[in-house]
Amino acid sequence: MTVEDSGPPSRPPSGRVPGQRPPAPPRPARPASRDLERYAALFASRTKVMKSSAMRDLMAITERPEVISLAGGLPDTSTFPAESLAALTAKMAATGAARALQYAPTEGMAQTKECIAEVMAAEDTPVDPEDVLVTTGGQQVIDLVCKTLIDPGDVIVAEAPTYPGAVPTFMSYQADVVQIAMDDDGMRVDELEQTLDRLDAEGRRPKFIYTIPNFQNPAGVTLSLARRRRLVELAHERELLILEDNPYGLLRYEGEPLPTLHSLDHGEFVIYLGTFSKILSPGIRLGWTTAPAPVLEKMNLGKQGADLCSPAFSQMFVASYFEHDRWADYLRTLRDLYRRRRDTMLEALGEHFPGEASWTRPQGGLFIWATLPDYIDTTDLLAAALSHNVAFVPGRAAYLDGRGASSMRLNFSGVSETAIREGVRRIGEVVREQVDLYGTLTGSAPASEPAADATPRPAADPGLADVLHLPPRPARDRQSDAR
Amino acid sequence: MSRVAVLKGGGSLERQVSLRSGAQVEDSLARLGHEVVAIDVGHDLVARLRASAPDVAFVAMHGRDGEDGTVQELLEILGIPYTASGVSACMRCADKVLAKHAMRDAGLPTPDFYSFTETAFKELGAADALGTIEERLEFPIVVKPADQGSALGVRFARAAADVPAALVAAFSYSHKVLLERHVHGRELAVSVLSDEALPIVEAVPREEDFYDFSARYTIGRTAFVCPAELDDALTERAQGLALDVFRLLGCRGFARVDLMLEQSTGELEVLEVNAIPGLTETSLLPQAAEAAGIDFDLLIERIVEMALQPA
Repeated sequence: MTVEDSGPPSRPPSGRVPGQRPPAPPRPARPASRDLERYAALFASRTKVMKSSAMRDLMAITERPEVISLAGGLPDTSTFPAESLAALTAKMAATGAARALQYAPTEGMAQTKECIAEVMAAEDTPVDPEDVLVTTGGQQVIDLVCKTLIDPGDVIVAEAPTYPGAVPTFMSYQADVVQIAMDDDGMRVDELEQTLDRLDAEGRRPKFIYTIPNFQNPAGVTLSLARRRRLVELAHERELLILEDNPYGLLRYEGEPLPTLHSLDHGEFVIYLGTFSKILSPGIRLGWTTAPAPVLEKMNLGKQGADLCSPAFSQMFVASYFEHDRWADYLRTLRDLYRRRRDTMLEALGEHFPGEASWTRPQGGLFIWATLPDYIDTTDLLAAALSHNVAFVPGRAAYLDGRGASSMRLNFSGVSETAIREGVRRIGEVVREQVDLYGTLTGSAPASEPAADATPRPAADPGLADVLHLPPRPARDRQSDAR
Repeated sequence: MSRVAVLKGGGSLERQVSLRSGAQVEDSLARLGHEVVAIDVGHDLVARLRASAPDVAFVAMHGRDGEDGTVQELLEILGIPYTASGVSACMRCADKVLAKHAMRDAGLPTPDFYSFTETAFKELGAADALGTIEERLEFPIVVKPADQGSALGVRFARAAADVPAALVAAFSYSHKVLLERHVHGRELAVSVLSDEALPIVEAVPREEDFYDFSARYTIGRTAFVCPAELDDALTERAQGLALDVFRLLGCRGFARVDLMLEQSTGELEVLEVNAIPGLTETSLLPQAAEAAGIDFDLLIERIVEMALQPA
């Protein structure tokens, strides 16, 4: 699961002996199950479609330090220099302590919005800071867009697969989500058109089309320029809004950047979502949106009701960080790091996954999407993988209609290259066991040779010793696996 | 008042549920005035048990390690009294195949089944026998891992073509699986506390799909009726059967016996026994105890007392 779609890991507070309860007054008896049923009678109808899942419970195990988690959506925050953090916070304290500790305007602080304009300019998407709403993470934009546009039963068009973290948001507004298949060039816009026609014939007009055009989460694919143009045209022809979710646009490792939908559309039908989570820190919880003025106004009102404002502390932190103009350097560091990790994962997949498997080759972002033969269910496979201390996100999380059962999302940004290699090797091993078993059961014996020419097994690599004999693992791995 | 080590979590697939059971138990023990030592079970379990020297261990773990006799064996070695069943009963309950064989041998009703290890398919050509099994059990057939709780990995095969993928899924959780005759009917849970059967809970799924893992732990997705609406004779039969199974498998303290009331025959069939059933807010044993007038704190107190009594 990504950071956004799972709760914070439950850890004992530090500063006390784990397991030793501090003296505290006994908690009053919790309501018994029948009382809980009584609460259930008070629940809003929307909670009926808000469900937790088996997968989420399985994910609890990925928090254990011995598990190599390729399931996260974590940027590697260990690369941010601690001295910079200390200096920036000290400066904030010296120059603006009172403001940093105060409420901020709902739309966001002016100086933060200037930084946002700077980031958007780096994606060739000029924006007037006045037209920006600062939000609490990009996730809040998805929520506010739904809050503004969605009545129960309204249609949202999304990609198939879609961002797993958007699914609970869509569900909580009781939206009817229609998912459009993707290929290597992103969302199949021809299929989108057919779907829009069909919905039109049924008298249902979708409220918005949700897309992650760059290095999509979870599929890793990028929407081609031709399709970007056609998608924007479609929105204009049919007067539909597009929610362009662009958290990874600046994390491109190869190829030429493509224009954002917002820049192609000049902000007429595109609601743009940006975030500092992947270029600076998800811990500061800052994202933003820019949208057609009437939509932005409603989103601003919605935000007042949700949280009044995003933290002034975080906003001033960003402003003071950007003042030093180092953000582009840091971004370069991240790109180099993630490019190496992506290459490592692609190489490991070629070496360890069987010939029946396929996977995407992302030009940027954080994720690779792998698809196995249809008789393998990746939710069950996760159980087997966890017994080998490795985790991924089962594909079902990215669909609302039960599809995706044979796919998985693999993250390469949050773990070291050594751990990526070993993690993929372990997953490959359980996949191959299942392929062989299925062959035995059906009398067919599918070739389970590695997809690519076998390069020497890394088991002999002394650098792997600490991963092969878990625990202990390097402190940094543990930190980035803490999910 | 005692010092009670609450063992929870661990690396089993039911870790999350166990953490919830453990938290519930810890709160209750604190209310009862006990000194609580909470242990998320891991590599340092033995060291931590030695260091904290509890009077008794409350095993609030589900699934592998906690419910299959492993942790119980360690507690035996350390000489720490612990709640619920002993090593051998845990082993018999955790392995559905062992439990079902014991029931069948003793003449207690359990749905027909066949069980295989992965080796049987890989090395002994068991796949060639699938056709015969399918004929005998008739579709739909339930395919289950032998030792996985909470309905994880349980699949319905509606036709022969579904069987291989269902087996692959079940083998994801265990090296041994069983193919079982599907019993269509009402799902009943009989909790046993200290050699006494509690009121029966019926689980009524609210959604058409299979009574799945998340439904068991999500408020509002499954309706639980307690006491189940059954006539007195049937209630007595189900409770008697549950007690017979509890004793047959050598359980101690508490356990939960899951049964089916088959629609076509009106017969009861035992599916499995949970040596350490859930103790969360929505769990069935606390509900059953409550229906018998035993609130959660009293339930926990009795469980601890039983563990401290010499056998």
